[in-house]
Amino acid sequence: MAVDAARDCLTGMDRGTLDSVVLATTTAPFDDRLNAGIVAAALGLAETVAARDSTGTFRAGLSSVFSACDAAMATGATTLCVSTDARAAAAMTPLELGVGHAAASVVVGPGDGLARVLACQSLTIDLVDHYRSRDSEFDYGWEDRWIRDEGYMKIVPRLAMAALAEAGLQPGDIDHFCLPCQIARVPAAVARAVGIPESSIRDQLVSGCGDSGTAHPILMLVNALEDAKPGDRILVVAFGQGGCALIVEVTEAMVDYQLLGTGPAKWIRRAIPSPYPKYLALNGLLKVDPGKRAEADKSTALSALYRHRDLTMHLVGGVCGKCGFHQVPRQRICVNPECGALDSQVPHSFAESTGHVASWTADNLTYTPDPPAYYGMIDFEEGGRLIMDFTNIATGAVEVGTPMRMVYRIKDHDPLRHFDRYFWKAAPSPTTGEEN
Amino acid sequence: MSTGIRDRVAILGMGCSKFGERWDADAEDLMVEAYQEAIADAGIQTSEIQAAWFSTSLEDQGVGKSAIPLATALRLPYIPVTRVENLCASGTDAFRGAVYAVAAGACDIALAVGVEKLKDAGYGGLPQRSRGKVNDLYWANISAPGSFAQLATAYRAKFGIAPEDLKRAMAHISVKSHDNGSLNPKAHLRNRIDIPTVLAAPMIAEPIGIFDCCGVSDGAACAIVTTPEMARSLGKHDLVSVKALQLAVSNGTEAQGNSWDGAHLPTTRAAAKRAYAEAGIEHPRDELDLIEVHDCFSITELVTMEDLFISSDGEASTDVLEGFFDSDGTIPCQIDGGLKCFGHPIGASGLRMLYEVYLQLLGRAGDRQLQKGPRLGLTHNLGGYPSSNVSSVAILGRL
Repeated sequence: MAVDAARDCLTGMDRGTLDSVVLATTTAPFDDRLNAGIVAAALGLAETVAARDSTGTFRAGLSSVFSACDAAMATGATTLCVSTDARAAAAMTPLELGVGHAAASVVVGPGDGLARVLACQSLTIDLVDHYRSRDSEFDYGWEDRWIRDEGYMKIVPRLAMAALAEAGLQPGDIDHFCLPCQIARVPAAVARAVGIPESSIRDQLVSGCGDSGTAHPILMLVNALEDAKPGDRILVVAFGQGGCALIVEVTEAMVDYQLLGTGPAKWIRRAIPSPYPKYLALNGLLKVDPGKRAEADKSTALSALYRHRDLTMHLVGGVCGKCGFHQVPRQRICVNPECGALDSQVPHSFAESTGHVASWTADNLTYTPDPPAYYGMIDFEEGGRLIMDFTNIATGAVEVGTPMRMVYRIKDHDPLRHFDRYFWKAAPSPTTGEEN
Repeated sequence: MSTGIRDRVAILGMGCSKFGERWDADAEDLMVEAYQEAIADAGIQTSEIQAAWFSTSLEDQGVGKSAIPLATALRLPYIPVTRVENLCASGTDAFRGAVYAVAAGACDIALAVGVEKLKDAGYGGLPQRSRGKVNDLYWANISAPGSFAQLATAYRAKFGIAPEDLKRAMAHISVKSHDNGSLNPKAHLRNRIDIPTVLAAPMIAEPIGIFDCCGVSDGAACAIVTTPEMARSLGKHDLVSVKALQLAVSNGTEAQGNSWDGAHLPTTRAAAKRAYAEAGIEHPRDELDLIEVHDCFSITELVTMEDLFISSDGEASTDVLEGFFDSDGTIPCQIDGGLKCFGHPIGASGLRMLYEVYLQLLGRAGDRQLQKGPRLGLTHNLGGYPSSNVSSVAILGRL
């Protein structure tokens, strides 16, 4: 999700202008392996890019934006800020109904951009509205009414007022107020307390994707930016052990950007596995027997993974410098039988390529947690082909000729060594049958 | 300039174990079973065998690595034994090793044995296993039926055939093979099936249903080869000789290039062309009397009819439905029941096919013996996936 959101955010942008990547999440796959480094590699960013993980609270996404602002001011650095969360929820809990998985991304750098940062305010108060300790799978929270009265209603207005003061604005100047909060009527109560117009309160987006934790403040910000007019002021507050408040003012550049039609709204998919036992099984909440085929060893040779990191992380193959034929994987001898040149391959990434299905199947035999396994042969438009796993296939949505985009996904999970192996899969291009 | 293998090597004896879920037998037992028949057929002693080739594919659940398991099972007298692993073409490739050794004059009598013990996996189908440390990083999550199912989707697209029409031709292939297999005491599956049963069967990998898949079995098969002169000196006068032995191996063009349509096998076509030239066959549709092809899945058999230049491109389903390959058709295909009814113990299958052609050419095939006096038969294996495979074509004939 983080890679998807970042790719969407970087549409039309030269990735070489990025100096730094921050990945904010409370659900990183690795405690010790730079998760932002995985994102950077999947995006094909230069090895000289700085990268760090930001974690520990849902405000980590907005905190990373603040750090990026500081870096832009101090050194002129441009930072990709990706926020993502894929929280698990115990069965039969309110959280299960409300939680969602999402990622959102913004680029922060010097200059006016699409929106100018007017204020960054933080408060750090160790109010534990919920927590997830190292040894627990799920969030554990306290009563909503207490969180509302002692948390949101006391902390958010302080943050908002401080941010308004920093920006030199009045509450009435806010056109879009983004406050992720799943407790009923709190955003409206906060707006009233501060004096922010009720009409500026943004939709929580929960009907589309649920509460996505760390991603949600950024998701709501990006959603507001999509609707905003030049001159609009957007206030975003992320609550968590205090909180962060950001105010931005939309610039004229947003008009052209909105015409590009990018932005995350089109990616919001209400894809809830059903029936309910399937949802439980896929989220590890139900003991299932995956069958003996699942016993096949999924161990990863980390040395081989490293040697092939450009292929596995950024779908890099080659284009022959002699005959021009595209091919993946990249081997020493060109695959074109008319050519056969040695060591003629120039690296070429297929990550942003469009392919078309040349053959496919829906396999009920091979082990996959969510059968059938769709896969097939993808012919890339620039040339070259790869037999790939497919994902996001609705029944009947694939045929020979179906256009496909490349998406970065977990390929295998090694349950013995707790290692997720990532690779690229082919998904139907958005206009051709992705589940909505 | 090579003159090819044609008529330089004769088969002295062949053997084949009972195929099936051989809960009673190790791979070693199956080898001995096939070998006992072959050595009796050859009329020689083990001490007269000078070199051996041993094919088996899945060492992790079979006999382990190397050629030692064969030498030990048969108590071969410290002779050279070579282990051959070339996926589903392993058996034919072992046969090729033995035949070439005799043709080269390196030895007078050579042995080829193929075996696979699949039924210690603990579940149906071929085992799910690693494809190698690098391949596992990026290969799609492919199963054998899933890889061959793509032949069907690509074939439909190439020739504009409706899914239900292709499926019906595929069903005819399986029904025909079960009819044939019902007459064969060594076959694993000996039941007859009908078209509605095939069409209604559970889907394994779209559009391959369970009756489009070959069985999964244990088995072994064996050949003893020598020169025609040596065979005659040993008292054999009714000889079957090797007319052609060809192998073609994918080089990435299909899987990585864009020229391949996914609906035919360039390797099979290359091997077939060379085999026909080697055997002196100009019109395979008119000259071949029987064929045993690699029907791992019904669609594979259908496409192979075009790849062997027996059916014109796009016409295989018509030929199939008109009964061209039935037991009473022009070129009976899988007269023994094929992989469909024998199952596919990987290292054994190529030799099992050769065994049937050998019996048919000698008129020794019992209830299923073709009555028209076949003189030329072809066997074909396809190992791996359609996108990346080893294909073999062998032709045997009366000398």
